[in-house]
Amino acid sequence: MRELLLGRLGWDAIPWHEPILLGTFIGVALGGVALLAVITYFKFWGPLWRDWITSIDHKKIGIMYVILGLVMLLRGFSDAVMMRAQQAMSFGDSAGFLPPHHYDQVFTAHGVIMIFFVAMPLVTGLMNFVVPLQIGARDVAFPFLNNFSFWMTASGAALVMMSLFVGEFARTGWLAYPPLSGIAFSPDVGVDYYIWSLQIAGVGTLLSGINLIVTIVKMRAPGMSLMKMPVFTWTALCTNVLIVAAFPVLTAVLALLSLDRYAGTNFFTNTLGGNAMMYVNLIWIWGHPEVYILILPAFGVFSEIVATFAGKRLFGYASMVYATVVITILSYLVWLHHFFTMGSGASVNSFFGITTMIISIPTGAKIFNWLFTMYHGRIRFELPMMWTIGFICTFTIGGMTGVLLAVPPADFVLHNSLFLVAHFHNVIIGGVVFGMFAGITYWFPKAFGFRLDPFWGKCTFWLWLVGFWIAFTPLYVLGLMGVTRRLSHFDDPSLQIWFQIAAFGAALIFLGISCFIVQIIVSIRRRAQLRDVTGDPWDGRTLEWSTSSPPPPYNFAFTPIVHDNDAWTDMKNNHYVRPAEGFIAIHMPKNTGAGFVIAMLSAACGFALIWHMWLPAAAAFAALLIAIIVHTFNYNRDYHVPAAEVLRVEHARTLSLSGHV
Amino acid sequence: MSEAPAMPRYYLTTEHHPENGTLLGFWLYLMSDCLVFACLFAVYAVLGRHYAGGPTGAQLFDLPVVAVNTSLLLLSSITYGFAMLAMNGNRLRETLLWLALTGALGAGFIGLELREFAHLVAEGAGPQRSAFLSSFFTLVGTHGLHVSFGILWLATLMVQLARHGLTAANRRRVMCLSMFWHFLDVVWIGVFTVVYLLGVLP
Amino acid sequence: MSGDAHEHDSAIEHSGSLKDYVTGFLLAVMLTAIPFWLVMAKVFFAQPGITAAIIIALAVVQIVIHMVYFLHMNTRAEGGWSLLALLFTTMLVVIALSGSLWVMYHLDHNMMPAGSPMSMPGANPDPRNMP
Repeated sequence: MRELLLGRLGWDAIPWHEPILLGTFIGVALGGVALLAVITYFKFWGPLWRDWITSIDHKKIGIMYVILGLVMLLRGFSDAVMMRAQQAMSFGDSAGFLPPHHYDQVFTAHGVIMIFFVAMPLVTGLMNFVVPLQIGARDVAFPFLNNFSFWMTASGAALVMMSLFVGEFARTGWLAYPPLSGIAFSPDVGVDYYIWSLQIAGVGTLLSGINLIVTIVKMRAPGMSLMKMPVFTWTALCTNVLIVAAFPVLTAVLALLSLDRYAGTNFFTNTLGGNAMMYVNLIWIWGHPEVYILILPAFGVFSEIVATFAGKRLFGYASMVYATVVITILSYLVWLHHFFTMGSGASVNSFFGITTMIISIPTGAKIFNWLFTMYHGRIRFELPMMWTIGFICTFTIGGMTGVLLAVPPADFVLHNSLFLVAHFHNVIIGGVVFGMFAGITYWFPKAFGFRLDPFWGKCTFWLWLVGFWIAFTPLYVLGLMGVTRRLSHFDDPSLQIWFQIAAFGAALIFLGISCFIVQIIVSIRRRAQLRDVTGDPWDGRTLEWSTSSPPPPYNFAFTPIVHDNDAWTDMKNNHYVRPAEGFIAIHMPKNTGAGFVIAMLSAACGFALIWHMWLPAAAAFAALLIAIIVHTFNYNRDYHVPAAEVLRVEHARTLSLSGHV
Repeated sequence: MSEAPAMPRYYLTTEHHPENGTLLGFWLYLMSDCLVFACLFAVYAVLGRHYAGGPTGAQLFDLPVVAVNTSLLLLSSITYGFAMLAMNGNRLRETLLWLALTGALGAGFIGLELREFAHLVAEGAGPQRSAFLSSFFTLVGTHGLHVSFGILWLATLMVQLARHGLTAANRRRVMCLSMFWHFLDVVWIGVFTVVYLLGVLP
Repeated sequence: MSGDAHEHDSAIEHSGSLKDYVTGFLLAVMLTAIPFWLVMAKVFFAQPGITAAIIIALAVVQIVIHMVYFLHMNTRAEGGWSLLALLFTTMLVVIALSGSLWVMYHLDHNMMPAGSPMSMPGANPDPRNMP
């Protein structure tokens, strides 16, 4: 009975003997208690539940996603700092401070967190916040599902964070290849934490993908044909198509791995007919589209920013759209380049090598389009534009090392070396991270009503840019010299200097992240001076800039009618006058706690499954089903904002706009 | 959207009703489910002859029972079709009748499938025996799980129809379940062809 | 977030008729009975490849029948988006299936020890398989 209830959970699951973990836990616990105390002191529990946790407003959900991503960035980056420190120290007799047992968890957690709980939430958050505003809609197609998706992602993140203090994490690398991740070689809870946190978060991501596609297909303002959509919306559409098309594969593969671990099946075992390479094959059929899911929204962000800050219509709109669609389709034809060295032979390797090279072409087209947009433009070097220039320089080089790796004979030398590690950080940091910082800086005033402090923002930018190159150029060098990835100890002392330089680069990035935190604090304190009163602080070109900052809950008092690309610029050029009266009642969805409840039950079920607590797992699963069914009996999901309320909000904006003239 | 002569150029002064997206959204979910099954079929295709010295499909599969199962599912597809016709004709009781019949046929399908699985396990041909059997149980079992959830959904929907009648929201739900149910029959075509029929061929 | 009153033309399935369902059903029954008969009666016993090809082709046809007659798939549903989604998904399914088979075949052929039962799928058939 005790085993049915508690499974393999016991007091020894807590890392009493690991000083770093214990110290971290105490710090987190104290910080958590302080946070709870602050919330209680400001009597914020009510508003927290009513206005944020149960909110189905895409703007609030987008903000929560971004906050989740930024918080998890701190965890993922801590892992990075530990790795850089270990690798800078551990030569010859010195073993550093992280034995392989822990080092392996650190690099696994670093990858999992950065991809699934930093990059994905940031990208999803931006798309969630911006797309409905850009297409002139009031919310997404399925607002409740949107809330539910967020809480599923947060639950996945919570499970990963729990693994730090209760039990251990996987030691397999971020993709958890079998047989190492199978039950025979990883019998402990680590891989199970990995599986369940990703499965839970994956449900959220898949639903959010469906949500945004239907939103873009069905809810565009009248007159906004597909070829009049902003480029960010186009990239969001293609990204969400990739999500719906790729994440089911991840779900299936992880389910098969969990069957191997829980039910003794033989999909990926060494005996009884299993084939571990099938896991590698399938997971990369997911994995390659995944990296395009991360980068396409960043490309969309840059397209908006370049046009805005060059003061010019984006060059080659049609070719941008075609390039994005081509990338979407081609991303399904390149996956084997992640395992050229596994022996599939010349014909297979050549095919995938060629497709990999071809896929770089549409990206190149996009870069030329951005450059041509800037040419003969009147460029304003505001912070978003600086991030964009940093991206163009950094990402292009990373892309070139990718084309180099696409050549199978070269990859045979460089596969799983630090060259590979440098390549993908080059494109992910240079592309996705810079894109997210650019997007956050660009849309922050829209979300909160005041801009971010430019001085601290520039510090952040320069520290990240310089820090990145100092941290990763040594890795390119080391990779070319033959150094393998994921090692926690080295014997050749001549390599140490490179790792020390890389550690210095990581320290610069650490300062960059610190400056970002300072930037936020300073911006909040100086928000009166940084206030965005007009709603259009950058002289933007798309519909979101026609609303107030922040927009009212219903986004637009009247649904816009679109006549041209860059709809807001069109409106400004034609002396558009904001309506001051004649408002009508607006139909809006109600907040609900059902999404939060179902997600928490999923997390509980996941935790119970990880620890083999069969009875609690069954109970949580049953509760989950019941909660879902109960929710479907709720037919009372919307309400109307009275016309008088709309008038009040719009009138207040009219006053503040005229007061500012 | 019709523009009255006085309609301003840049905004609608009347309420804008975007088309309801539930059916498209559910269809997209089904496409994603298609890809889950595609992976399971791919695994079955790669591992389906890895008998590890254990029993093969030819030795295990009882084709007459599979034929009965296939008929049950196909019949349940047409009974659901009749439910849809009744719904379009606004006949609530008839709709509920055909839905109940569909659920019963689906339950029969699941019952037979569970019997088959129990029999295989008792013979020592459970999912742990070989990669072939792992893939078999997972592919067929995942389909069966979907059918089971469909039956649960159907029962819930019948309660909601009895309570609230053929409202617009309920009609959408019936249409979504219809798509789900037919989709499962489509997947079963793949299953009986690739797993059972091809599986007994040398 | 919807116009409840405005969905009459957006339903994928609103246009099913009794004739459609019955026709689809009868076709499906035939397309099911024939493959079962081919295998159970061992019609092409000596050439399993031909049997396999025929039953796969019939399965594809039956899937199309289901799509057209039961799911009312056409170019107009949801403004063409549902057909586009189906075609895109089909393309990906074909890529995933054929790509996986191609890659795994080559991996096994190149990397598995010769003579092992897994060196090629079906290469060393177990004699107990023979009916």
